[in-house]
Amino acid sequence: MIARLILAALACLLVAFLLTPQSFAWLFVPLTKNGAPPIYTQTGLLSLTLSHLGLVALASLASTIVAVGLGVLVTRPAGREFLPLARTITSIGQTFPPVAVLALAVPAMGFGAGPTLVALFLYGLLPIFENTLTALQNLPPSVIEAARGMGLTRRQRLLQVELPLALPVILAGVRLSVVISLATATIGSTVAAHTLGEVIIAGLLSANTAFVVQGGLIVGLIAVLIYEGFQQVEKATARRIGQMQQE
Amino acid sequence: MADTSLATPVPVPRISRNGLLFALLGGLALWLPLVQFKANRIVAGEGLSLPGALPGGAGWGFVCLVILLLAAGLLYRLPLGWRLGLALIGLAAVILSLGLAAKGLTPEGNRVVRVAPASGFWMLLLAFGLMGTDALSRLHLSRKARWAVLCISLGLIWLCLASGLLNETSVMVEYRARADLFSRSLWQHLTLAFGSLAMALLIGLPLGIMVFLIPKLRRGVLGVLNVLQTIPSLALFGIMIPVFGWIALNVPGAAQIGVAGIGLFPALMALFFYSLLPVVSNTLVGLRTVDPAVHDAAFGLGLTQRQVLFQVQLPLALPVVLAAVRIVLVQNIGLAVIAGLIGGGGFGSFVFQGLNQTAMDLILLGALPTILLALVAGVALDLMVEAISPKKGNVT
Repeated sequence: MIARLILAALACLLVAFLLTPQSFAWLFVPLTKNGAPPIYTQTGLLSLTLSHLGLVALASLASTIVAVGLGVLVTRPAGREFLPLARTITSIGQTFPPVAVLALAVPAMGFGAGPTLVALFLYGLLPIFENTLTALQNLPPSVIEAARGMGLTRRQRLLQVELPLALPVILAGVRLSVVISLATATIGSTVAAHTLGEVIIAGLLSANTAFVVQGGLIVGLIAVLIYEGFQQVEKATARRIGQMQQE
Repeated sequence: MADTSLATPVPVPRISRNGLLFALLGGLALWLPLVQFKANRIVAGEGLSLPGALPGGAGWGFVCLVILLLAAGLLYRLPLGWRLGLALIGLAAVILSLGLAAKGLTPEGNRVVRVAPASGFWMLLLAFGLMGTDALSRLHLSRKARWAVLCISLGLIWLCLASGLLNETSVMVEYRARADLFSRSLWQHLTLAFGSLAMALLIGLPLGIMVFLIPKLRRGVLGVLNVLQTIPSLALFGIMIPVFGWIALNVPGAAQIGVAGIGLFPALMALFFYSLLPVVSNTLVGLRTVDPAVHDAAFGLGLTQRQVLFQVQLPLALPVVLAAVRIVLVQNIGLAVIAGLIGGGGFGSFVFQGLNQTAMDLILLGALPTILLALVAGVALDLMVEAISPKKGNVT
């Protein structure tokens, strides 16, 4: 309960800061030197935040659709042959540094939001795919058997039994992927994407700690809020399908 | 875990579906440009596909070889060892064609023209690389054999680079212009990744043991570390600069032991903070999953609390702790790239310099070794975790 109150307070604080950044200027003044501006004003913090979130949301949505689709495909009889290969690709892919993926997307896409989207999409696939696979392969066999015995078709079994049961674990994968994307999108501003990293980089370039802190604070707060939000949804779905909390 | 035996009653297809995937990838790659021919290192280049990139008819020869290899990969009943051989020949052919194309296209003595690997090259590499790793993973080699494969692959990469085969390709030209800087960057990158890991183990292990022994502290410590983990890497790296700059200035003796607000130190500390959570939480999980019966049995034998901890519980928790080492090392090798942005050195300095100058080859010079380091660290530590895990044990 207390945790929820703190989270709600943090959310209010974040919204208030984004809407009226100047009213928080006094907080950041001690971090500046030689009368440098305490609040980043080149671009509105709100617009940067929205574009940051937009990029992450778009990339995560695409990765979720593709990764869950692939996860379903390789666990069906028709796609079973791809399963070992898919496993190998995920485990290798996860060792690729996100920054390297981002940098390598630039030559293919040019500067701007494009390479960031591609990098976020590609990197976001892995945790979701891995979790989808784990969830679909570790369903209780008795339930699947019962569904088959009830005469459900393959399609009905997938949509009405397997996916709903796998949902909490899949969601955990999406959460992981979104949190990684939030941080990686920050680095996207080094390739001229319109994200909150712009504030941090401006701070690094002009040795203005206030910019670094406020950029980091906004992204950090959003990450914490999204992380907690997802966990609540996961708990709710787990409860719906009658699973005990595992930890 | 569901076993995926191939003995299903479904009629056996004659074409290997994986082979079909690789063939499609490879076939597409043949249409794409193998190399980019650029008048200098910054301008956009002209793409040349495999037949056009090599002098004389050699290009068509390579095309035929690639098609032959990909077609052979389609055979469903091809033994896995053969499949691995095909992939190796394919990889060798692709790399050889790149080297020959670069040699053939670069005019004698010209220091400005660049021949860079292009999409076709990377896709061919991907197709044969996937073919090889797929065969390897299905061969179910023993641990020793997998170590051997790792060492042989590294040897082959070294041979490719040392033989001068790729000397005229853009990335190698870029390398020769800064060979000294490269070895220094490698050194810095390794210092960042391993140094922060060592510090995280030094602090994280005792901290993990402490929260295991004193459950009251668990929520607080893990909560703080969790929040640290969500701070975006760029911001954490940035915040370290003023913080440690201030400490170096105002805490007596701090500057003498190496604390500084510029250079390697702030990056090292940022990586250290990121590494703490995996180390502490895995130590805790490892200790908690030790069977209480084992603990009681050790007590029954007359061991003291301290002896039980150090001689029974910690050794049993070791696989899980080593799994954390794997996570941290791979993560730190990747994150250390960001140090390049705050003047911390490492391969990131090439990446970000390359991004600033839109010099693709320089980006590759930073990104490729980083990826290789991360891959090698990941594979090597996986093998080590497997070696010390109890058979069929589940390691998180």
